[in-house]
Amino acid sequence: MLYSLLAIRYSLQRVPPMANVALRNVRKTYPGGVVAIKGIGLEVDDGQFCVLVGPSGCGKSTLLRMVAGLETITGGEIDIGGRIVNQIEPADRDIAMVFQNYALYPHMSVYNNMAYGLRNRGMPKGEIDTRVQEAARILEIGSMLDRKPRQLSGGQRQRVAMGRAIVRQPKVFLFDEPLSNLDAKLRIAMRVEIRKLQRRLKTTSIYVTHDQLEAMTLADILVVMNGGEVEQIGNPLDIYQKPATTFVASFIGAPPMNLMRLSDSGIQLDTAAAEGAGILGIRPEDLLMSNDATPAGGLVLDLNVEAIERVGAETYIYGVRAEQGETPAVSAKPGELPPGEILVRIPGQGGPAIGERIRAIARREKLHLFAADGRKRINP
Amino acid sequence: MVEHEGIRRYVAHLILWIGIAIVAFPVYVAFVASTQDNALIANGQMSLLPGGHFLETYYKTIFVGTSGSTREPVGTMLFNSFVMAMLVALGKIAISIISAYAIVYFRFPFRMPIFWIIFITLMLPVEVRIYPTYKIVADLHLLDSYAGLSLPLIASATATLLFRQFFMTIPEELLEASRIDGAGPFRFFWDTLLPLSRTNMAALFVILFILGWNQYLWPLLITTRDDMQTIQIGIRKMITTTDALTEWPVVMATAVLAMLPPVFVVVVMQKLFVRGLVETEK
Repeated sequence: MLYSLLAIRYSLQRVPPMANVALRNVRKTYPGGVVAIKGIGLEVDDGQFCVLVGPSGCGKSTLLRMVAGLETITGGEIDIGGRIVNQIEPADRDIAMVFQNYALYPHMSVYNNMAYGLRNRGMPKGEIDTRVQEAARILEIGSMLDRKPRQLSGGQRQRVAMGRAIVRQPKVFLFDEPLSNLDAKLRIAMRVEIRKLQRRLKTTSIYVTHDQLEAMTLADILVVMNGGEVEQIGNPLDIYQKPATTFVASFIGAPPMNLMRLSDSGIQLDTAAAEGAGILGIRPEDLLMSNDATPAGGLVLDLNVEAIERVGAETYIYGVRAEQGETPAVSAKPGELPPGEILVRIPGQGGPAIGERIRAIARREKLHLFAADGRKRINP
Repeated sequence: MVEHEGIRRYVAHLILWIGIAIVAFPVYVAFVASTQDNALIANGQMSLLPGGHFLETYYKTIFVGTSGSTREPVGTMLFNSFVMAMLVALGKIAISIISAYAIVYFRFPFRMPIFWIIFITLMLPVEVRIYPTYKIVADLHLLDSYAGLSLPLIASATATLLFRQFFMTIPEELLEASRIDGAGPFRFFWDTLLPLSRTNMAALFVILFILGWNQYLWPLLITTRDDMQTIQIGIRKMITTTDALTEWPVVMATAVLAMLPPVFVVVVMQKLFVRGLVETEK
């Protein structure tokens, strides 16, 4: 009887709690006067996977920790599932967090690491056990429940940290660069697993990373941040195709977009479309090696090949513009190419030799035009 | 470890054996003396081989004491010393781990000044503040009591600093994970900080127990009743006799007995002690 009651209660709680997360003009100013977050607004719908991406020091972790309740909020509102949580303790926000260094309790077994938060909430033993066993089964760590964290490999610790979040069945998962301590192969495997798990549990998630590849592959909504502000919010592919600023253009995509200053590059574009444009961007894969004449309204670059990288599936050609010499650099910090270098990305292993002169062309619709300060996209 | 070959290894071993002999010989003499007849020792004819009075002397030492009428049996002194050393060691650990917890994990007004005040007391050991401390203990009517023996020695800047340094190596995420897991300050302390400090506490316990055990000046001042004497004071008093021969076998037996509890503590806690000194369990 008692058992069946517990079972009913358990099954009731298995229904994922509805939770959208809304940030309204959220600000963070440290006591010293340093402004870490300069007013951010953001909506994450129920079940969506939101990724905050940006270079280190852009405030993405701070923002996540504010959602978690580990940092105070200096201005604005954070709303989780229709409840303003600004003044609510982390434990009562109905969130679970996965930390970069996992933050497992070193003296507790894997089982106790996962059960600890539930015990603190006074959950009955039987239910704790059911939940922990279930999470262990999903994450395939059932055979390690009695081990201590130090006896586990990095990937296994990562799973335990995820398990600790799952057993809580929270409204929101928060991930703070959870994969950055893993080696490259494991990182890709865990990335896929996190995505599958999130699809399955349908729990709203906010994920912080500085790795744009992780960001692109995981996100339903991608938030590109820089200097405590949002540069662009949107679907990852939309952002890739239409970056709103030169920062986004150079941060999202690897290798990064080629950026050239129009005024001194001697490149002529039809004036109507290019009005107000100061910076021209072109993705390395949109540059084609060709001897054709200029495509209408397109771009033609004559390059002296300086370096070649062959990675198997594709080849990266680093060239310097022949007639121009050094093209002045566009200041866009992350992933910036050396001044004057143009990167061409071609499929396969062929391509020119070093020292050769090549012609690269780009179609008109593949060009990205930005205002001279890089803060605004000109073409639609 | 570097493997030396042939003669070099023997030389190294020889040096080590000489070192051991230098350290161990006085202890051996004390033991031998404790098993011999007092008259022989007084005559200066002490043999370097154990004598036949082992049981007799140790029985007398532990349960009867020296023949002088006011002397206590050493059993009582051992007990007093043990209680004092335990109170000092455990008290110091308890007080300092709590104050270190407050200093590291709580934001309160004058946190850093308080820390520096604790730090400065490092320069004020018992010997320096002995008069005011004595006055306070006397005013509190704690003379000739275990509280009087141990309380003034309990506050410890060293142990507080040690725990502070250790707490600062514990990643902050552990505290944050605890907060998200719904553990308040007390639970975090009890469930996470204390278990993680286990080896540090053990190392500290060994050091502090020996420190408490070896106290001389403070018990000398604070105890006047014979039945509150600690063993260190007892040995000293036994040697000074006015009208009779010093009972060297009993004195030496007392010295041997005084050595045993610290040795026992070190041997039992050695594994934890070493781990506490070399490794931070994270």
